[in-house]
Amino acid sequence: MEEATSTYLLIIGGVLFALLNVAAGLIWVERRMLALWQDRYGPNRAGPFGLFIVLADSLKLFFKEDWIPPFADKPVFIIAPAIVMASVLMAFAVVPFAPGIVVADLNIGLLFFLAMSSMGAYSIILGGWASNNKYSLLGAMRGAAQMISYEVFMGLSLMGVVLMSGSFNLTEIVEAQRGLWFFIPQLLGFVIFFIAGIAETHRLPFDIPEAESELSAGFHSEYSGMKFGIFFIGEYMGITLISCMVVLLYFGGWLGPDLLPPIVWFILKVFAFISVFILLRASLPRPRYDQLMEYGWKILLPLTLLNLVVTGGVLLWLGE
Amino acid sequence: MENNSSILIGLQSRFGEDTFTQQSTMDDMLTLWLPCDKLKEVLQFLKTGIQQPYRMLYDLTAIDERTHQKRNGSPSSTFTLVYHLLSFERNSFIRLKVALSDEFPKAPSIASLWENANWYEREIYDMFGIKFDGHPHLSRILMPRTWVGHPLRKEHPSRATEMGPFLLSDEKLDLEQAALQFKPEEWGLERQSEDSDFMFLNIGPQHPGTHGVLRIILQLDGEDIVDAIPDIGFHHRGAEKMGERQTWHTYIPYTDRVDYLGGVMNNLAYLLAVEKMAGIEVPERVKVIRVMLCELFRIASHLVWYGTFAQDLGQLSPVFYMFSDREKIFNIIEGICGGRMHPNWFRIGGVAQDLPKGWEKLVQDFLDYFPKRLREYDSMVMKNSLFKARTVGIGIFTLDEAIEWGVTGPGLRACGMEWDFRKKQPYSGYEMFDFDIPTAANGDCYDRAVVRVEEMRQSLRIIEQCLKNMPEGPYKADHPLTTPPVKKNTMHDIETLITHFLGVSWGPVIPAGEAMSCIEATKGANGYYLTSDGNTSPYRVRIRTPSFPHMQMLPYISRGYTVADMLSILGAMDYVLADIDR
Repeated sequence: MEEATSTYLLIIGGVLFALLNVAAGLIWVERRMLALWQDRYGPNRAGPFGLFIVLADSLKLFFKEDWIPPFADKPVFIIAPAIVMASVLMAFAVVPFAPGIVVADLNIGLLFFLAMSSMGAYSIILGGWASNNKYSLLGAMRGAAQMISYEVFMGLSLMGVVLMSGSFNLTEIVEAQRGLWFFIPQLLGFVIFFIAGIAETHRLPFDIPEAESELSAGFHSEYSGMKFGIFFIGEYMGITLISCMVVLLYFGGWLGPDLLPPIVWFILKVFAFISVFILLRASLPRPRYDQLMEYGWKILLPLTLLNLVVTGGVLLWLGE
Repeated sequence: MENNSSILIGLQSRFGEDTFTQQSTMDDMLTLWLPCDKLKEVLQFLKTGIQQPYRMLYDLTAIDERTHQKRNGSPSSTFTLVYHLLSFERNSFIRLKVALSDEFPKAPSIASLWENANWYEREIYDMFGIKFDGHPHLSRILMPRTWVGHPLRKEHPSRATEMGPFLLSDEKLDLEQAALQFKPEEWGLERQSEDSDFMFLNIGPQHPGTHGVLRIILQLDGEDIVDAIPDIGFHHRGAEKMGERQTWHTYIPYTDRVDYLGGVMNNLAYLLAVEKMAGIEVPERVKVIRVMLCELFRIASHLVWYGTFAQDLGQLSPVFYMFSDREKIFNIIEGICGGRMHPNWFRIGGVAQDLPKGWEKLVQDFLDYFPKRLREYDSMVMKNSLFKARTVGIGIFTLDEAIEWGVTGPGLRACGMEWDFRKKQPYSGYEMFDFDIPTAANGDCYDRAVVRVEEMRQSLRIIEQCLKNMPEGPYKADHPLTTPPVKKNTMHDIETLITHFLGVSWGPVIPAGEAMSCIEATKGANGYYLTSDGNTSPYRVRIRTPSFPHMQMLPYISRGYTVADMLSILGAMDYVLADIDR
């Protein structure tokens, strides 16, 4: 019993440590990759390849004055960044990084992930509302509308995977892909889930809650110091989470030829998707708010439902 | 000329022989004085009552005449209002002048006649204290609301040292603070409609989307724009006032900074007017050098617009590519002029120096390099479907509306009118070049972008022709009024030496008179309307900039769109704050 507890503690500690470092490291990765694609150098001065920029950035954020605007709703203002951090970290609890490396192997893991990622919407709404700033308010309203609508078919797009594997448990879903990774039969579901995932993490082209050129920084205009830092880290963790889920649900998780250990396969695949996130940011403009909603409800939702119906139909037919 | 006499006869037969007094000017523009009470009728007649009407109010300004000595027999006045109208069908301007005779005179407003007269009249009120009867909202526009005095009046000091030390007492501080309070009623905005309360959102003065210190007050219903009011003047530096204290020569660097992306193109607009008054005909080589540099700056300016426009719509990368291309242009400019953004390189009667050795290679390299990049940008930006979704059908104005509001440049051409001063009223030798005027049909944000992108290609054509056909010859005219005077002409005898000495120390004395220039600048029609009193500095410098009327149109074209669309509209407008505020 004691041994089991200590193993769990080790896994929890390890996952937290790894995740927070990955999220911080992504600051460097994103800035360097964007620079590469934009014909610039990016941060290359501090340490080897500019790696210490991560350290410098976090030190700066830690030592900045922790300022709360006098007109803000103080408790809510403080709680909002905590929510985004907590909900993303909680969602990671069900992510199996490799066989046996998972904090909580819930049998409803997928639902737990959906529940937790929906919680993230609260941080945007509460943060934007508590800031008592018009830009933040507009950003928060956009964010709420966007996340709620994209949530709908994010969940629905995953149901194809659930139908095929017959389980909500993420480990079992991965195991079910031993023969064929799900992105082939579930190509449509994968594409929709990925788009919804970008919207969920509100990254470009779906960054309309922040929309720098319109709303300066949208819902986190008033945030500074480490509170802003937490929103920032939360965003990177969100990217990592969505990439993890894409890999788990559609790209066979840790599965891969034996020449590399499972965990390495997993990390490689996740990193590839993180790069796609960054590449998207480097290349696409931002649609207008109403265009985004239209796109969601009029195109993606019917496609999702179609995917679900067809998957179900094919499975029934094969089953008979 | 025939045109001029026919319109004069038409006017005289309609309003009587004695109504008009003709004045001769250096720019051969028909210039008529008319009494104040006939003003509105005459303008109305010229706008709508004649064949080939003068449909555009091109510029409207005033002159403080109280210390003006050499009036050439024109009617006496304390202040003069100057109306410039443009007829596209006739391809000519007409200048109407109204003499006013009080210390703080009044004149009838023509804001009901032309939409864009509104801001021009406010500017005149702000700068001269002239009041306009019947103006819907006569208030300061460029100066702070707490400013005392009217800067372009001759008694207003032009240097800070003439004004005494600046003091901010507690009472003054309170006054200034109170003036900053936002009250929607003062801007003519309702706080609520029948079914909703409006939200007022300040875009700017510090905002990433405004590209400079511009404030736009948005009246929002949700995210829909009910009204948008630009608050300008944050960038006002008194460029026109400075002209009255600088010599003709030392004013050139100030012009660089008016449309600060246009560089030497501003020099050209100013110098064309000066050279008209001085009667200088510049050598062929000067013309071609000037054209080449102007077109390089047109590309540089359009590149800034291109990149930032894409960035406003959320596309992060193009701006980096385009700024590095602009850097390549600046390397050429630097090689030729020494300076980069503000080379201040044109001189009265010529340019500062001859072209350096090896300039051909710099220009040729760029000509070889750039077309490929433009094609790349086409597929990256112009063909991007998200970019199209954000710009097609947004911020539309029709050709009639464009003319009514005084829109020039790519904005006008995007409505389908093939109007370019380089072709229609060629200056500096543009008639020698072979190039097309790109146009588009719909007048939306996307079409304005299409026109500008195509203009860059045409500019490349012009530069290539400059490169291939650069004439030999002097880089400065052989004329006593050129600045700085050509050195080799000095060491002959005492007379030439003294002329040179005076030309360098005092600067040239430009003969009394007035002239206006009009060039196709990067953002539209730019012009300098100069009045000389036969002195070493101008009596009055009026800078007609394209961005001023363009920004005035913003409320009209952004109503009913959303906040995000306004960024498309602003981006497609391509303004520069110094060009609006001067």
